[in-house]
Amino acid sequence: MSDIKEMSLEEREATLGGIGSARKRKEDARFIRGQGNYVDDIKLPGMVFGDFVRSAYAHAKIKSIDTEAALAVPGVMAVITAKDLEPLGLHWMPTLAGDVAAVLADKKVHFQNQEVAFVVGADRYAVSDGVQAVDVDYDELPVLVDPRKALDADAPILREDVQEKDNVGQGLRRHPNHIFHWEVGDKTATDAAFAAAAVTIKEEIGYPRNHPSPMETCGCVASMDATNGVLTVYGTFQAPHVIRTVVSLITGLSENNIRIVSPDVGGGFGNKVGAYPGYICAAAASIVTGLPVKWIESRMDNLSTTAFARDYHMTGELAADESGKITAIRANVLADHGAFNTHAQPMKWPAGFFNIVTGSYDVPVGHVEVDGVYTNKAPGGVAYRCSFRVTEAAYLIERLIDALAQKIGVDKAEIRFRNFIQPEQFPYDSCLGWEYDSGDYPTALKKALEAVDYEGLRREQKEKAAKGELMGIGIATFTEIVGAGPTRNCDIVGLGMFDSCEIRVHPTGSAIVRLGTKSQGQGHETTFAQIVATEIGLPSDAITVEEGDTDTAPYGLGTYGSRSTPVAGAACAIAARKIRAKAQKIAAHLLEVGEGDLEWEVDRFRVKGLPERAATMKDICMAAYSNLPEGMEPGLETTSYYDPPNFTYPFGAYVCVVDIDRFTGEIKVRRFYALDDCGTRINPMVIEGQVHGGLAEAFAIAMGQEIVFDELGNVMGASFLDYFIPTTVETPVWETDHTVTPSPHHPIGAKGVGESPNVGGVPAFTNAVVDAFAQHGVMHMPMPHTAWRVWQTIDELGLNK
Amino acid sequence: MAEKTKISLTVNGNAVEAEIEPRTLLIHFLREHLNLTGAHIGCETSHCGACTVDLDGRSVKSCTVFAVQANGGELLTVEGMAAGGELHPLQQAFVDQHGLQCGYCTPGMLVRAYRLLQETPNPTDDEIRWGLSGNLCRCTGYQNIVKAVRQAADELGQKEAAE
Repeated sequence: MSDIKEMSLEEREATLGGIGSARKRKEDARFIRGQGNYVDDIKLPGMVFGDFVRSAYAHAKIKSIDTEAALAVPGVMAVITAKDLEPLGLHWMPTLAGDVAAVLADKKVHFQNQEVAFVVGADRYAVSDGVQAVDVDYDELPVLVDPRKALDADAPILREDVQEKDNVGQGLRRHPNHIFHWEVGDKTATDAAFAAAAVTIKEEIGYPRNHPSPMETCGCVASMDATNGVLTVYGTFQAPHVIRTVVSLITGLSENNIRIVSPDVGGGFGNKVGAYPGYICAAAASIVTGLPVKWIESRMDNLSTTAFARDYHMTGELAADESGKITAIRANVLADHGAFNTHAQPMKWPAGFFNIVTGSYDVPVGHVEVDGVYTNKAPGGVAYRCSFRVTEAAYLIERLIDALAQKIGVDKAEIRFRNFIQPEQFPYDSCLGWEYDSGDYPTALKKALEAVDYEGLRREQKEKAAKGELMGIGIATFTEIVGAGPTRNCDIVGLGMFDSCEIRVHPTGSAIVRLGTKSQGQGHETTFAQIVATEIGLPSDAITVEEGDTDTAPYGLGTYGSRSTPVAGAACAIAARKIRAKAQKIAAHLLEVGEGDLEWEVDRFRVKGLPERAATMKDICMAAYSNLPEGMEPGLETTSYYDPPNFTYPFGAYVCVVDIDRFTGEIKVRRFYALDDCGTRINPMVIEGQVHGGLAEAFAIAMGQEIVFDELGNVMGASFLDYFIPTTVETPVWETDHTVTPSPHHPIGAKGVGESPNVGGVPAFTNAVVDAFAQHGVMHMPMPHTAWRVWQTIDELGLNK
Repeated sequence: MAEKTKISLTVNGNAVEAEIEPRTLLIHFLREHLNLTGAHIGCETSHCGACTVDLDGRSVKSCTVFAVQANGGELLTVEGMAAGGELHPLQQAFVDQHGLQCGYCTPGMLVRAYRLLQETPNPTDDEIRWGLSGNLCRCTGYQNIVKAVRQAADELGQKEAAE
């Protein structure tokens, strides 16, 4: 029947380059030649540029905006202000969190560098001149920087536009600067457990405001075709379909007349999920001028105005028995969301999935309260390389369990073993409402401890301590919750958080796969082809993966929160299985047997008991267009929309070893070992790369990243001069390892992984730093652990004497 | 708009002449005037190195160099690295070692690594790390970039030994 070559099963499998193969990346060919196609590389005929006049003040009334001089600048074509956008209803925009955000400042500014006017001109230089020439007159107002003072009776009222509202999209609020109150768990039972506990601990644990700062800033090219009424926007979008729907809701344009394209995206890390004023202004300017308009952020704009992350001020408590077995957890969080509530979480979750705060531990009861407040800072609250608020939660529990160990004098590895959810407890219902799908925490930690010779390290630490040297060992055994998410409890502007995959198989045995997600460096063009290759038996090299164009890709919610593999990856497998089911019918027809007489083998259907009679997938592809069973529709294509039944729960065990110079406070990361369990591994090379990158970002966060404001709300250092991005020199060497505990509900058993290293990495670093001082009674040290801060601790303790 | 200045230089082996505003930055000249979009803008303050190109045998950050400063110079960008269509060993090594993810820093990394291997043909890992410390990457954690440069250095070293 077919060209069955004399290849062994293993050779045939290897030829596919499917699941498990460390396949080289398909996208690299263009990037290494400088032929990537990022948004700033896009040039359309007649294209002009736009940029913002930004506020010098954090809180001020706008008395007047004088655009006359700017309009006289050669090359400047227009200056757009809120007044110009108002008739179009575009001066404010709805946020993904149910609030509204100013597109251009309307009567007042709420944070420094807020967008006040949009200057459009022939080229970047003319626009820059124009921006300088706009004269804005302000009346300064009292500034609110400290979120702890936001709800004071005499606090300045920031959002006069919603002052009278008792709800700004996420439930009742109790003060004009209050955004939401959210709580979960059993307060009464938690209080009782604390009252009865043999041991309790309480720590104030802050997570400073930081910023995802991908190498490429945000930007877009908007082009309104007045002839057919179609608006095309090329931009740095992690979620192009959501952007299309949001643009439709904001502008009133029919969704079929909007085309959103995410070209190559230079990293996202949560920064490129939301909708920014630049997108709206570029679109409005294109409508006004009839020309394509490009807007590209500067780095300073990016760091000081587009979505920040964290800014969680947490108080955590644990109750435990004498042995250190946790009996209850309590957390109280103040969340600084800045000037507008533009955090990007599934809408029913104003604090994201912070209630994963029980971590990898079997905690009988708990209670969590989170309050969000406005301040005169840039809006945001996105997940910087983590699932929604999971990194804050993981940081809190991993810090608390270390503090508990120190308080009762139990080893920090041992206390984790005493509290782990045991493998036989899965699926595990946590006291705060999650159903963990699978895990084997003790095995992971045992493997990690052996790999680093934990006992040897502890011995060495003791010896060093005796000599006055500072060495710390940090452990983090984290659990993430990724793959948002089941539509029954996850939506964005009402859209269920499913994802999608369309597969079209071509007659000669190749295929195109389109998804609702959007890679920003994760390697989707490589890895999604591997899933399809294994499922339908065509080589991954013959499978093109395409994402990011809303005119061609099926609707999906995009890439963030490690959701691509858990959700779109599942859609990929299910769609491929639909293809295979049809292929089986065609194979039965070709081989003149019943469908039930066939079995699948790598790349073909064989007749059971007659292995030499087979139809390869390649044969079937052609037959799908030429030789079909009676009554069957031609073609071999399908679409799957996958609504996950549950999240996936990747986990890991990390060990970090640091040496600290007791005279300078400098920290040297001697060793970092990361064991990750993300279930079935699709491409080990890509996974390892994701882990390296996530760890480097965790290192940055723990050791130096913080967006600081002075008392007037001035951003102190929103450039790479001040904002810490580690170089090759500071960045530690990473050791990676893994265990495999497949997800029972995911079609191929895979979980997300891109964010695990950030979630587990940050507490591992802090735990190591604090551990170096544990012998001196130090329970917690606030991030970031700069040499100056660490030196202050050393000096207070007199360890440099 | 200021009066324009004439410049002439060699870019990836091709003679180029242009009239530009004197304040035009080299990165804008490359990207906007010559359509060489391989080098990227990442920070405008010469910290990130995404805009790195090679000017007269030195790595420069083209976001803080005026195009007029390149007048009469010889420029190499990532687009010029694959001589005769054949990948430079560094380019192949970045693929082999998974030394890139989003690809945005890659052109600058490659051009900088190219110069580093001219300056230090057989670098230690430490020398590679110091040599690339002016180029930031947020995706890879650098480890595979270091491995890629090591691979290319070894390959170039073997080539030289064979010649």
